[in-house]
Parts: sequence; C-alpha cells; structure tokens
Amino acid sequence: MSADRRGRRRHRLLPYLLIGPTVLALVLVLGYPLVDMVVLAFQDMTREQLFSGSSPPWAGLDQFRRILGDGFFWTVVARTVVFTAVCVALTVLCGLFTAQLMHRVSPWVRATIAGMLVTVWAMPVMVASSIFRWLFDADYGVVNWLLSRLPGVEMSRHNWFTDPWQGFAVIVAVVVWGSLPFAAITLRAALAQVPPELEESAVLDGARPFQIMRHITLPTIRPVLVMVTTLSAIWDFGVFNQVWMMRGGQPEREYYLLGVYSFIESFAVNRYSVGAAIALVTVVLLLAGSVVHLRQMFRTGEVE
Amino acid sequence: MRRRRSLGHDLLGLLVAAVIGFPVYWMVLTAFRPATEILSVPPKFWPGRPTLGNFSRALHSETFWANVRSSAVIGLGTVVLSLAVGALAAFALARFRFVGRKAFVVVILIVQTVPLTALIIPLYLLLNDAGMTDSLVGVVLTYLVFTLPFTVWMLRGFIAGIPVELEEAAMIDGCTRLGAFRRVVLPLLAPGIVATSVFALVQAWNEYVLVYILLSTPTKQTVSIWLVSFQTSFGTDYGGLMAGATLTALPVVLFFLAVHRRLASGLTAGAIKG
Repeated sequence: MSADRRGRRRHRLLPYLLIGPTVLALVLVLGYPLVDMVVLAFQDMTREQLFSGSSPPWAGLDQFRRILGDGFFWTVVARTVVFTAVCVALTVLCGLFTAQLMHRVSPWVRATIAGMLVTVWAMPVMVASSIFRWLFDADYGVVNWLLSRLPGVEMSRHNWFTDPWQGFAVIVAVVVWGSLPFAAITLRAALAQVPPELEESAVLDGARPFQIMRHITLPTIRPVLVMVTTLSAIWDFGVFNQVWMMRGGQPEREYYLLGVYSFIESFAVNRYSVGAAIALVTVVLLLAGSVVHLRQMFRTGEVE
Repeated sequence: MRRRRSLGHDLLGLLVAAVIGFPVYWMVLTAFRPATEILSVPPKFWPGRPTLGNFSRALHSETFWANVRSSAVIGLGTVVLSLAVGALAAFALARFRFVGRKAFVVVILIVQTVPLTALIIPLYLLLNDAGMTDSLVGVVLTYLVFTLPFTVWMLRGFIAGIPVELEEAAMIDGCTRLGAFRRVVLPLLAPGIVATSVFALVQAWNEYVLVYILLSTPTKQTVSIWLVSFQTSFGTDYGGLMAGATLTALPVVLFFLAVHRRLASGLTAGAIKG
C-alpha cells in the first residue's frame, strides 16, 4: 500500500519539520556567534576593522598568551570564582532556611512569605541594584543608620564602595536577595515531597533534628538541591548588571568580574579579540558547571 | 498530621518576610516622599505626607514613554516569535521519538547556561554586518538566544502533562496529527503559553547589556536603559530614581503575581518527579 507507506514516511519526517525552525534560529543567532567568538579570539580585531569591514589579521594564540600571562587576569578569575562560591552558598543556605521555615509556620504566615518572595522574584535586576544603592548610600542610606544603632558601631557617612571587599559585600547582597526567591520556592516544593511518615517515625526512634535533616530530608531533596546549586552557580558566574549599576557604568579595576572585564576590553578599549578570548575562557570554565547540571537532569529522567 | 507549629516559628517567619520585603517597601516609600523626608536623619520608617512629585518628574523625563513603547514592542515581538517557533519544537520533543532527539535536548539545555555577556561581541558584530544595530528587529532576533531554548523547554513540560489519549481520540475521529495538535493540544496548552510568554516578556523587559550596546537612538532605547541614565542624569535624586524603579517594576510584579504558581510548577515539575 503505497499511500500508507507515504503516510508513514511523512510521519517520520514530521518531528524534523517541527524542530526545523528552532534549529535554524539557534544556528543563526547562537551557533554562528559562538563560532565567530572562537574565531575572533584567534585574531586581532580592533576599531579599524570594525569600521572598514576588512577581515582582521590572524594572531594565533597571541591573545591567550597575553591574558593567561597577565597576573591581573588571574586575579579576576580568582575573584569571580570566590564571588560565585559565596553567592551560591548564601543563596542555597538562605533558600533552605526559608523553605524549611515555610514548612513550619501557619498558613497565613506562609502566604505572606510567599507573596514577598514572588514580589522580589519579579524585581528587575536594574531595579534591585538601584534600591540597594539607595539602601547603602553613604549619607542618607538606611543601612548605615541602622548599623550605627548597634553599640560601638559608628557608620554614618561610611562609603561602602571605597573598599572593594565591602563593595562586593553589597553586590553579593543584591545577587543573593534577587536569587533567593527561585531557590526558596523550588526547595519548598521539594520539601513538600518528603514523606511526613518518615520524619515522624524518625522522631519516634529518637532522631535529633540534625539527623533527620542529614538522613531523610537532604537525600529526598537532593535532585532539586543540585539543580538550584548548579543553576545559581551558572548565573552568578556571569554576573554583570549588578556591578555595572552599582558602579554607575564605570566599574573600577578592583570591581572587575570576568563578564565585566570581557565587556570593557571589547567596548571601552575596543580590543574585541581580547574580549572574545576572555569570554571564551569564561564559557569553558562554565561548561564544568553545566556538565554537573546536565548529568543531574538526565539522572532524574527529566530529559526522557 | 501533626506539624510542629508554634508561635516562635510564626514570629520568625514574619521577621524573615519583613527582611525579604523591606527593600521593596523602602523603594515604594521613598518614591512617594518629598525630598525633605527622604533626606531626613534619622530616617522615618512610616509614610508621612505622600507626594506624587517624584513620579511626575520621572514620567515627564524626555524619553520615558518612547522607551516604554520600545520595551513593549521588543517584548511582544520576542514572545510571539519564540512561541511560534518554540511551540512546534516542544511538540516534537514531547510527542515523538526520533534520531537526534537526545542531541537536540542537550543543545537546548547547554545553550541556557551560556551567559549572554559572553556572546555580546559576536552578536554585535553580526548585527553590525547586517546593518541592524540600532534596530528593534535586530534586538528581537538576538533575544531569541535566551528566550527560545527556555520556551521550548517549558512548553515541552506542559505538553507532556496533557494526556496523549486526547489526541489519539481526535485522530480516530479523522484529525491529522497536526490537526489534533491545533484543535486539542493548543487550547489545553493556554496556561503554559501564558506562563512561558510572561517569563520571556519579563526577560526582554529587564535585559540591559545588549540593548545598551545595540540601540543608540534615545527614543528607541528600553526602560532599563532609561532607568540607568535616569540615575546618572539626576545624580543623587533618589526620590526620582525610586519612582522610576517602581514604574519599571510594576508591570513585571503584576504579571508575576498572575502566573507565579504555574511558573514554579513548570520549572520544577520534572526535577521533583525523579
């Protein structure tokens, strides 16, 4: 029956026709730029080629030799890694704490916390950064005033951004505040899946809260915990906007993270190839995190 | 079941809610305050004499409405394009087994982890070659980078939640495969489409770096650029800045409150099933 066979062949082709437009769009707006970025990192593109449209000269490994041999680059890498680790640790810990708490409170308190979380979740990054700039303002910021209430602390007119360590504390605060809702809401959904009978029988057997957490809660929510951790790590590693906004569009060298560094090399200094090389190193470092993320997704069967 | 609830937990819960919500409260409070109250030491924590002066300053800044319009055009364009393209691929992923499916899934997932900042340079050069810098169409196309993979992934989850038997019944009644998709799956998919498009819309509304590089005409720029330039042009006018921030955040908060339940379940459903 030829009609039937033709029908079956069309049936086999159908999924490819369906994913066709997506594949095409991804190749165009993502595949091509990615390849171009790799190529660019091995060339030497400056403002001149941008305007003349001529193809930039090849530079081999020069850009990589330049950045990898530069102590400042490694400082930025180390700073980005530490920054990411601190942000992720705080996000996950605060998220777990909030989720556990939501599990324990009366329904109306839970609804209040959930409402706050969703509102914060909806805050655009630039809005969040503006708010925190105002909260930590040197002259009229409410944080300086509150801290000065503590006995023995005098913080009025204290500028948080003179010392990069303190400046980054503020930036970490915005990042954690912004990513807490996602962490808390997903972890709370996971905690709801922990069978209450298990917890109760553990209590009857004399388990302490810490032991229940360690042996019952954590194993159950592990997949979600891994997902929240890897996603936060991936997002925080690419932080750009918060630094940009906090430093008024002109971050000092002490405030460079990899994303900021690559951006400034490209668009402020017009050394596009150096910027591309830094971006390439960033993506390669990020792939490590992505592999963990993917393995978890496959293991939980999410992908099948 | 006995939950260990106590007054202590409730009080702690309220304290946590207050700490989480305080920055938003402070933004709104500052936005409605006259300068004398904003700059008072010690700060006042309750509303005094509210004023709309900050808002009128923000609303009357030269390009505000043009920027809102351009944000809306970019947002809607991005959503429509990524939904039209993404829904088809999501249907393929949820309903068909085919060679290359796993590779496609891996690409979709990996792509979501590439930070946008890493791609700015080549994206800028690409649009520069195509003569599409300073064009809203160019921005919409580049925004597909982050909305499309996400749209495919979210919608796939929603379609997988619709019983396949419904389509089979429609096909027995004479629908083609795509006809069944259009008549049976699409109507049931409406909540998923709403949640997904809100998320894409919000991403487009919030994005800053790409539009900052791509759009140079002030009236074409988006709200997030307006907010940043507003800050620098007004120096330390925190009343105006907080009014601008409130206006920028308002539509997003409303959208989020409308769909957050579906969003949370869509993001986590699969991960918990495991």
